[in-house]
Parts: sequence; structure tokens; C-alpha cells
Amino acid sequence: MKTLRGRVHVYGDDINTDVIIPGKYLDYDDPEYLGRHAMEGIDPEFVKKVRKGDILVAGRNFGCGSSREQAPVALKGAGISVIIAKFYARIFYRNATNIAIPPIEADIADRVSTGDELEINFETAEIRNLTKDEVYRMKAFPERIKAIIEAGGLIPYTKQRKGI
Amino acid sequence: MGMSISQKILARVSRKKKVEPGEVVDAKVDLLMIHEITGAPAIRIFEKEFGGLVWDPNKIVVVEDHSVPCKDERAAENIATLEKFVEKQKITHYYPYGKGQYGICHALLPEEGLVLPGMLVLGGDSHTCTYGALGAFSSGVGHSEVANIMYTGELWLRVPETSKFIINGKLPPYVTAKDVILKIIGDIGVDGATYQAMEFSGPVIREMEVNERLVPSNMSVEAGAKTGIVEPDSKNISYLRARTNEEIDPVMNDPDVEYVDVRDYSGEMFEPLVAKPPLPSNVVPARELEGLLMDQAFIGSCTGGRITDLRMAAQILKGRKVKTRTIIIPATLKTYTQALKGGLIEIFTRAGAAVGSPTCGPCLGGHMGVLGDYKKCISATNRNFVGRMGSKKSEVYLASPPTVAASAVMGYICDPRDVK
Repeated sequence: MKTLRGRVHVYGDDINTDVIIPGKYLDYDDPEYLGRHAMEGIDPEFVKKVRKGDILVAGRNFGCGSSREQAPVALKGAGISVIIAKFYARIFYRNATNIAIPPIEADIADRVSTGDELEINFETAEIRNLTKDEVYRMKAFPERIKAIIEAGGLIPYTKQRKGI
Repeated sequence: MGMSISQKILARVSRKKKVEPGEVVDAKVDLLMIHEITGAPAIRIFEKEFGGLVWDPNKIVVVEDHSVPCKDERAAENIATLEKFVEKQKITHYYPYGKGQYGICHALLPEEGLVLPGMLVLGGDSHTCTYGALGAFSSGVGHSEVANIMYTGELWLRVPETSKFIINGKLPPYVTAKDVILKIIGDIGVDGATYQAMEFSGPVIREMEVNERLVPSNMSVEAGAKTGIVEPDSKNISYLRARTNEEIDPVMNDPDVEYVDVRDYSGEMFEPLVAKPPLPSNVVPARELEGLLMDQAFIGSCTGGRITDLRMAAQILKGRKVKTRTIIIPATLKTYTQALKGGLIEIFTRAGAAVGSPTCGPCLGGHMGVLGDYKKCISATNRNFVGRMGSKKSEVYLASPPTVAASAVMGYICDPRDVK
């Protein structure tokens, strides 16, 4: 993936996995079902507002809490294509990578507004805010993370490496 | 510069002489833990994407804890998925509920002597960091990663830096391991140890039983940590010797480890604490919240359901009656049996509490005590995010077992030193 364009939904700091996908839904792993309940703990309107290809922007420590992979799966199921946060809790960072939702690191939650249109260029590591006419830089992905995302997630990555 | 316990373990499992913090290694897993919530999806991914047999059926521990006894049909389906997997793969370590020893994973694995110092243990649960208290490198992973390990026996890991927390002196009466970790999380924040290994040391930690040491390690993830390590000592070895015949080969820190942060605490300065919603770092003295009415009190979970926790609760509940709905759930069947033999269950039931069979249940708002709108619960568990135990309008206050017991007796948040 070289560039990606999408509409932004902005949230704050410490958005935890209990609000991203509450415990009562954890018996399920179907992305469509989980997608209908994404962010329910913090914004029940989220699933109505999100369109496929949208971008979630957040502040510090996004995804803190549980190891539930249902969290990034729910966001993906709701339509989110990429997440941009100042930094992530480690298990969520890995889980998002593993299902090929790039977890971009950029400190822009205070700079963008919900509804802004962003264009992300993975090659130049630049994020262009088309609505506000601003440009932000994103951190380069660590090598291993980049390889997993480019392979399409952890399972395809492993299959490639193991030659299956 | 010397290597930390984390570095040494990750070097061994990646067949390297030395590793540095920040380095990425492909690590061979010594033990993989799954339960039905992350295990069932992982099994589905494994069977769809890889198929065939797992890398080693002796290195997977299958636990049933989050939604058991099955809270609904969907939970029953997930349990059935585990059952079929165990049978097909001939899994050695399976703990089905209601058929003998079973319980909450992070209480069960130490109790069964499955975790040894120096092991790399990964689990489909964020509180897998708990076993660091036994000198293992243990951490939580997601279910795609569990499927990956099932097939390859390996996972890539980034070697963490270590931050050290030294607890000097002695804890005052009624102050517990839970209060120690709450204080630390309150000080450094929910992202204060992100990606790090936290190490707990000092006389206060040495003085604790292994069961108590498991508590700070358990909640290290609440500060963002990868794992929470306690360097092995003779207490650790005795605990394990009583539970396993396997060879015990502890891994110790080199004397010249460079820590990314070192914090000294004085045990005497600790007091009973409470983490107010909505974050585990929102920590205040229990006395500051005295009088705040509680609708429910819960003692249980991988954080507060061990025999040490139940004993502390029983000390307070003995001869008293609860004024708030109180739920007490021993973390494993062995713990339950111990509590029965020790007369603790009678103390709890005479006090009026509801005593349940081992499950995570209320901790994650699953069953056995879900909170409704505007209800407040004081809980010996590990998370208090919005909606954690039920309604988004409910509130969870985290505290130690004695503080929860004291609050149950008074009907409001109460420092255990002030209970009447």
C-alpha cells in the first residue's frame, strides 16, 4: 500500500480495549458482528458515523488494557482502514499489525478534527490534511512491523516465511 | 554491560549469546496458555489457515475460566471448540471446569507448577505477565499470534528495557501487595512502563509469599508493561518444589544490568489505596473515599482470588455481616478446597456473601455479578475502565482484598484499619 485516503474520527488518550469492544461481545470473533459494536463503550454513534476506509485518530496509549484481538477486528469490521495515534499499548499495536490495520504513530490528535480528509503516504511517511491544508510526519514502522503489514498480516507473513 | 533476566531468557530462546533492549528476536515458546475467549478464535484461525497438528501438544495449557460454568450457548460453543481441539491434538495440560482441578489461568498455572523460572511463557490473555513473579518471561499476545505459535512454536518479540521498583522496609498492617502495585501505577501512569519489563524487588517483595508476589506482576500490564519480573529466591524455589518434579534452573540478573528507570519506595509510607474509575492509575488513599456507598463488593479474579487473598478477607469478615452485595469467588478449585478446609467459606457465608465456583466472571462484566446503571462496585480485580463490569454508567473501584472486605461490611468504601 503506497497511499491511503480517508475521513477522520478523532478520540482522546487511553482509549482502552473495554470501550473499543466491551467484554460482553468477546464470545464472538466475526468481524461483521464485532464491527456493529465497535467503540460502543465510548461512542454508541461511532458505528453509524463510520464509512469504509475511514481513519481513526487518537492520542496517547491507544488500545490499552486487554489482549483481545476482537478490538482491532471490531474497528476493521466497522470500516476503519488505518489508525493514527501518538503511541499504542503494545498488545494492541501487535494485534492491529497482525490483521493488517497499520498502526501509524503520529502526534496529530490535537491538530486534526473529526471529518477532516487525510491522505497518508507510506513511502514518504507523510500525512497530508486535505481539509486544513497541513502536513504531518509519521514515524517509520519498525522493520518487522512493516514486513508483517506488507504481507497482509501475521498469518500470511508466516506462511511466506515457512513457504506454505 | 550485563543482561537482565528478560534479556537472558530471550537470548536463550532465540539461540543467541546476547540480546539488547530494542532488538527483535524470533523466540521459541516454552509454554503457551489459552482459555476459551482467545483460545477458541485462535483455534479457528489455526485450523483454517494451517491445519494439522500443533508444534508440541505438551507445551500448550488449555484453561476454561472466563465464561464458565457456561454463561450462555455461545460460551458453550467456545468450550466445545476447546474440547475438540484438546482431543484432536492430544493436549497434555487441559483443565476442564467441573471435572477436577480447574480455575482462572493465572492462578492455576502457578498452582500446578507449570511455570518455571527461565521459561518463555506466552498466553492469549493480557495478564499472562503474572508469571514473571516466578522468574519466567511471560507476556500476553493476541489470538492470531496464538495460532501462529500453535503452528510454528515461535513468535517474534522485541527485547524490553527493564525498569526496577525497589520496595524497602516493611509494609504496615492491612497494607498488601495490591496496594504496592496500585501506588506504583498511580505514580507512573497507565503508560508509565509501556513495552518495558517491570522488576519488583527489595525487602518488602522478599518478605511476601509467592502468592502475594503474583499480584504486582499481574497488574504490571496496567502500567503498559510487557511483563513483571521478580528475581527468583529460595521462597520461589520452595513454592515450585512443592508443585513440580521438573528441574528448576533459575535465571538471575547480571550484577551490572542497566535499568531504564529505578524507583525506591519505603514500605512504611504505603497505606490502603483505591483506584477510582475510569483508570487503574487514578489512585487515592481509601480514607479519602470513606463513606462512598457501594452496591457490590467483589473478591476474586487472577488479581484477588488466591488463598492469601481469601484469608485476608476472612480476617475482616469473621463474625461480621456484609451490608453490601458481596461476591467471593476463589480463583481455582484447589483454592476453594483450601478455603473450605480452613473454615473460610463458612466465614463468608455467615457474613452473608455469595460464594461462587472458580471463574473470571464479574471481573470483565461477563456473568456472576454484572453491574447495572449507576451501580458502584469495589473490587479486588485489575481494571476499572468505563463499562468494565457491565453498564457504561456503572463504576468500578479497585482495591485490596482487606479494603474490599472492610467496605463490604460497612456498605461504603472503608479503610480496613477503620472497620467496625
